[in-house]
Amino acid sequence: MFDFISDYDNPTLLGAFWMTVKLTFFSGIGSLVWGTLLAAMRVSPVPLMRGFGTAYVNIVRNIPLTVIIIFTSLGLADIFGVTMGSKVFETRDFRLAILGLVAYTAAFVCEAIRSGINTVPLGQAEAARAMGLSFSQTLRHIVLPQAFRSVIGPLANVLIALTKNTTVAAAIGVAEAAYLMKEMIENEAQTLLIGAIFAFGFVVLTLPTGLFLGWLSKRLAVKR
Amino acid sequence: MKLRKVTAASAAVLALALTATACGSDDKDSDSAGAGGGDKIKVGIKYDQPGLGLKESDGSFSGFDVDVATYVAKELGYDADQIEFVETKSADRENALARGDVKFIAATYSINEERQKKVDFGGPYLLAHQDLLVKSDSDITEATDLNGKNLCSVTGSTSAQNVRDKLAPKANLKQVGGYSECIAALQSGAVDAVTTDDSILAGFAAQQQYKGQFKLAGLKLSNENYGIGVKKGDTETLNKINDALEKMVSEKAWDKAVQDNFGPANYKNEPAPKIGNIVK
Amino acid sequence: MSSVLYDAPGPRAKRRNVLFSVIFFLLLALLVWWAWKTLDDKGQLEWALWKPFTQSEAWTTYLLPGLADTLKAAALAMVIALPLGALFGIARLSDHRWVRVSAGAVVEFFRAIPVLLLMLFANEFYARSTDVSTADRPLYAVVTGLVLYNASVLAEVVRAGILALPKGQTEAAYAIGLRKGQTMSSILLPQAVTAMLPAIVSQLVVIVKDTALGGVMIGFTELLNTRSTLAAFYANVIPSFIVVAVIYIILNFILTSFAGWLEKRLRRSKRSTGAVLGKEKVDDINAAEVGGTFGTGAGGSI
Repeated sequence: MFDFISDYDNPTLLGAFWMTVKLTFFSGIGSLVWGTLLAAMRVSPVPLMRGFGTAYVNIVRNIPLTVIIIFTSLGLADIFGVTMGSKVFETRDFRLAILGLVAYTAAFVCEAIRSGINTVPLGQAEAARAMGLSFSQTLRHIVLPQAFRSVIGPLANVLIALTKNTTVAAAIGVAEAAYLMKEMIENEAQTLLIGAIFAFGFVVLTLPTGLFLGWLSKRLAVKR
Repeated sequence: MKLRKVTAASAAVLALALTATACGSDDKDSDSAGAGGGDKIKVGIKYDQPGLGLKESDGSFSGFDVDVATYVAKELGYDADQIEFVETKSADRENALARGDVKFIAATYSINEERQKKVDFGGPYLLAHQDLLVKSDSDITEATDLNGKNLCSVTGSTSAQNVRDKLAPKANLKQVGGYSECIAALQSGAVDAVTTDDSILAGFAAQQQYKGQFKLAGLKLSNENYGIGVKKGDTETLNKINDALEKMVSEKAWDKAVQDNFGPANYKNEPAPKIGNIVK
Repeated sequence: MSSVLYDAPGPRAKRRNVLFSVIFFLLLALLVWWAWKTLDDKGQLEWALWKPFTQSEAWTTYLLPGLADTLKAAALAMVIALPLGALFGIARLSDHRWVRVSAGAVVEFFRAIPVLLLMLFANEFYARSTDVSTADRPLYAVVTGLVLYNASVLAEVVRAGILALPKGQTEAAYAIGLRKGQTMSSILLPQAVTAMLPAIVSQLVVIVKDTALGGVMIGFTELLNTRSTLAAFYANVIPSFIVVAVIYIILNFILTSFAGWLEKRLRRSKRSTGAVLGKEKVDDINAAEVGGTFGTGAGGSI
C-alpha cells in the first residue's frame, strides 16, 4: 500500500519534509530578526523610520505570499542579480524562498512585537528613564524583555503559520512537502492515502510547536 | 441607527462581491460541450504560446494551432463564429477529452505512447523538434555546450529532463511556470538557453519586443509529432479530422497557415507530415 | 510626545533624530536609485512594456476577468465558510463533551494543514471522483480548500465572539426563561455576529491572498494566472508582475480599511455590548492560550 513512496527519490518523502523544516527554521530566524528591526522602526522617535515601517507592513501584508515568492525568483534574481551567492538554481531557489518568506513573515512578526510593546505599561519606561537609562538601555533592559514575553503566544502563532506557508515555496520549484505531494497525487492512484500522509506530516510539525510554545507563553507571561 | 448603517455597509460589500461572481460566470453556462451537430463546438488550445495558440489583446486567438483547429472545425461543419476556444493546460488535456469538455484539442499536443493509451490522435499535422533558443551572439551550438550553463524550461516539462538526462548532465536547470518567463530570463541574461519545441521557441523569438535578440540553435534533439487529440474511441470525429487535415495540406491552406504564423519567426519548418506517419 | 519607549526629545535628541532621518533617507534613496537603475539597465522601464496598462484591452481581456475570478472564489469561499464556521464554533461551546471534542478535533485538524495541500487534494479528488468539468474544476478545488481552512478559522472567530459577550447576557436570558438554543439563536449569536464583522472582513483579505496559490499551483484562472497569459502576449513579465502586485495591494487595502472603519464604528456604537473582535483580536484567537481543546494555535490570520 505504501510501496509507491519508495519510487520517489527526488525528493524522498522524508527529504521533502526535512526541506519544509529547514525552510521554517531559517525563515523563522530571519523573520524574527527583520521583524524586530521593523518593530523598532515603527516605534522609533524618527518619523521617517516610523513611516517606512508602517508602509512596509501595510504593503507586504496585502500582497499574496505567492506573488512575493515568485517575484524573488523572476525579479530579484533574474533582473536585480540577487543570486544569494549560488549559481546552482536549486540552492538559489531555496535561499530565495527563505528571503521571500522572511520579507513576508517579518511584517506579522513586527505587528506581534509592536502589540507586545503596547502592553508594557507606560510607568515601566518612565521609571527606567527616571533612573537615567538611555533609549536603547530602556528598550533592551526594560521594555523588550517584558514585551517579548507577552508576544510569545502571538509569535508562536506566526511560527505555525510560517510552517504552513513554506508550502508556497513549491511555486518556484523548491522540493518541499507540497511539491512532492503535487507530484505524487497526480501520478498515483491512492489520492486519499497521499492526502492523509501529508496532512499527518503537517499535524506532526505544527502540533508540538503549538503545544510547547503555548505552555511557554503561559509560563513566562508577565503577571500584572 | 448606527448599527443598521454598519450592517448595510457589510451587506453592500458582500453584494458587490457576489455581483463580481455573477459577471465571471457567463461563459461557463453552456455545458453542451461540443456535443457534435450542435450550434457550438468547443476546441482546446493554448492561450500563452505566440505563433501556436495565443490569446490576443482583443480577445481573439491566433497561431498555427488555432488556424489548424479553425480549418478542421470548418470541415466538421462549424463556422469560425461557432467555435469556442477553451484553454487546455498541458496537464488537463487527457482529462478534458475523456470527459468530453472539448471536442478536440490542438495545443502543441505531441503524440506519444503514454498518451495514445488515453486519447486518440488525428494527424500529425506538424513535425517539430526540441531545440534551444539562445541570444543572437551566443556561442552555444551543441547541446553539450550546455554543461555548466544555465538552462530554462517549464516545471514538469519533458524537454528539460531530456537535456539533463541525455545530453548535458551538468546543465544548471531553472524551472519556471511558463515559457514567457523563461524568455524574459534569457533576455535579462539570467539563463543562457531555453529549451522546448522549436515551434514554440520560434513564436516567442518573433515577438515584437524580442525581435532580433534571439536565435534557434537548430538542433533536432527530439521529434515532436503534433497531433489533434480526440476522445478515445471517437473514430467518427477522428476520421473526419484526418480527412480535414489532408484536405488542408492539398488545398495549400496548410502552407498558408505556416507562412502566416511561422513566416515572421523565420522558422524552418518540416514539410507537412503524412497522416499517421509518426516520426520516432 | 512621550511613549513607553522614549520621552519628549530634548535639543540633543532632536539633533540626533535629524541625523538619523538624514542617514535613513540617504539609504532609502540609494536603494530606490539602485532599483530604478537596474530596471532601466535591463530595459524594464521601456514605455512599450508599460503602455499596455494604459489601454483598456489589457484590462478587459486579461486582468479584469482574472480579478473577477479572484473575487468570485473569495466571495464563494466566504459565503460557504461562514455558516459552516458558525456551526463548528457553536458546537465547540456545546455542553455535550463528545460534540465539543469532535468539533474541536475537526477545527484543529484543518487549521494545522496548509491550504495549498487542501487545494491540491481537492483538485485531484474532483478530477477522479466527480464529473466537474475541467474548466470549472480549479475553481471548485480552490473554493473547497479555502472553505475547509477558513471555516475552521471562522469557527474560532465565532467562538471567541460569543465568549467575548458579557456573561450577564446569558444569565439574563436564562433568567427570563429562555432555553439554551433560544439563548444562542436570539441573544448571543446576533450580538456575536455584529461583533465579529471586522474580523470577518479581515479574514476576507487572507482568502483573497490565498486564491493566488490556486492560480499558480492548480491553474485556476485568477488574477495571477491571467497575468501570465497577458505577459505571453505583451512580453512584459516584470511590469505585469508589478501591476498585479499593486492591484492586490489596493484591493486588500480597501478591505483592511473597511474592517478598521467597521471596528471603530462598532466600538463607538452604544447599542452593542461593547464586544468587538477586530484584527488584533483575531490574532489573539489563534494564540495558544485560547486555542481550545488541543491547546494549539494553528496560526490563522496570516
